[in-house]
Amino acid sequence: MSKAPDQPKVAGLNDLLAVAYQIEIDAVERYNLLADQMETHNNPELVRVFRDLARAEGIHGEEIRRLAGDFDVAAHARKIARFGRADSPEEAALSDAHYLMTPWHALQLSLAGEKRALAYFTSIVGTAKDAKVKAMAAELVEEEAEHVNLVYRLLRRYPAPTESWAEDMDPPVSQE
Amino acid sequence: MSGVATRSTAKPADYKSDVNAIWCPGCGDYHVLMSFTRAFAQLGLPPEQIVVVSGIGCSSRIPAYTNCYGFHGVHGRSLALAAGLKVTRPDLTVVVASGDGDGYSIGGNHFLHACRRNIDMTYVVMDNHIYGMTKGQPSPTTEPEFDTALAPGGTGVRPFHPLVVALASGANFIARCFSGEPNETANVLAEGIGHPGFSFIEILSPCVTFRPDERAWKERVHPAPVAETSDQGKAARRLMTDDGFNLGILYRGNRAPFQPAVSKSDIDLSELEKDFEL
Repeated sequence: MSKAPDQPKVAGLNDLLAVAYQIEIDAVERYNLLADQMETHNNPELVRVFRDLARAEGIHGEEIRRLAGDFDVAAHARKIARFGRADSPEEAALSDAHYLMTPWHALQLSLAGEKRALAYFTSIVGTAKDAKVKAMAAELVEEEAEHVNLVYRLLRRYPAPTESWAEDMDPPVSQE
Repeated sequence: MSGVATRSTAKPADYKSDVNAIWCPGCGDYHVLMSFTRAFAQLGLPPEQIVVVSGIGCSSRIPAYTNCYGFHGVHGRSLALAAGLKVTRPDLTVVVASGDGDGYSIGGNHFLHACRRNIDMTYVVMDNHIYGMTKGQPSPTTEPEFDTALAPGGTGVRPFHPLVVALASGANFIARCFSGEPNETANVLAEGIGHPGFSFIEILSPCVTFRPDERAWKERVHPAPVAETSDQGKAARRLMTDDGFNLGILYRGNRAPFQPAVSKSDIDLSELEKDFEL
């Protein structure tokens, strides 16, 4: 196996900001990819949902870039923010996509991502030795907790679909 | 990849084309595309120095989605095209994309001889154990009992073991990855591209439309419990007893790549054209 670590090493504040930035950028890329897939498969409601999620993550990324001030957080992220085997925490699972998925499914993907990010920054709060890193990670934990709550609030608008959500009267699979 | 200039600032997006990828949502091939661009960025290869060659099938759409040179070739013949390209342009990095139907059935013979020749290129087979593009016929890696309307009761035929075949035929680097781990796959791809000779990388890439059961592969895959080896005997034993879900670099050989000397005069097209004059 390759020797790449499963999580990037966060040795200082700049590393933390770079990793946080990369997490948001990866999420943007993933949501846009899912939106493109839904566009191809003519699911316009999901195109809107995924584009909105991408936009929201992009705003978070920009906030982190502002926090970093003159430091080139994007360049540093390219150098250090690699997540080994796993996806980066907020990347929605591509393998869970379905051409007939509903906004509820999209939000479930988003919720799982936000929870992974929350767990990731919580673990940094728990292990960081540098006081500045610990404090910034605690701020990021608060933000991610707010994002988790936001997704829960959105889910109230989109209840779980019926069991037949994946039934297609004209399926692409003709093996029956 | 010897002789290729590298750039430290490359981003995966630099290797993506403007063409939207068209596969079924949930398809593992989206992840494989991501791994390709991440590996290229990791290596810092200029896109114009990379050629992605493919045959026919879902997997073979990949050249169009990269910003590199590409050749979407004939069914099962991607390795022949790639071999010709690499021996005449050894300065290029050649990556070949295929699937289990294209690569092991129609292209099976080319697979054997590409391993044997050991030309310095990387062969990626996105294995989903089914012909996806043509709506779900069994492929050489389909399980014998897999029951579909197109093969009622299953084929009853023992599946092909590509990694064992690759080793026996002379491949110089053998690895297995899972599409759902795009970062790790990118790392292995980068290793394979960087290793001299013929690198064979099988990527388990679920077909969620015709093999929805493969969504469970993410629970079945696991890192190989043993470190990579350069000992063919050890590798053979491991691969023969492999459960099909061991991930990682499984063999890294040290055979010198085959690279015939090609001089300018050998490829004078005007001379060649005279032979075909009517």
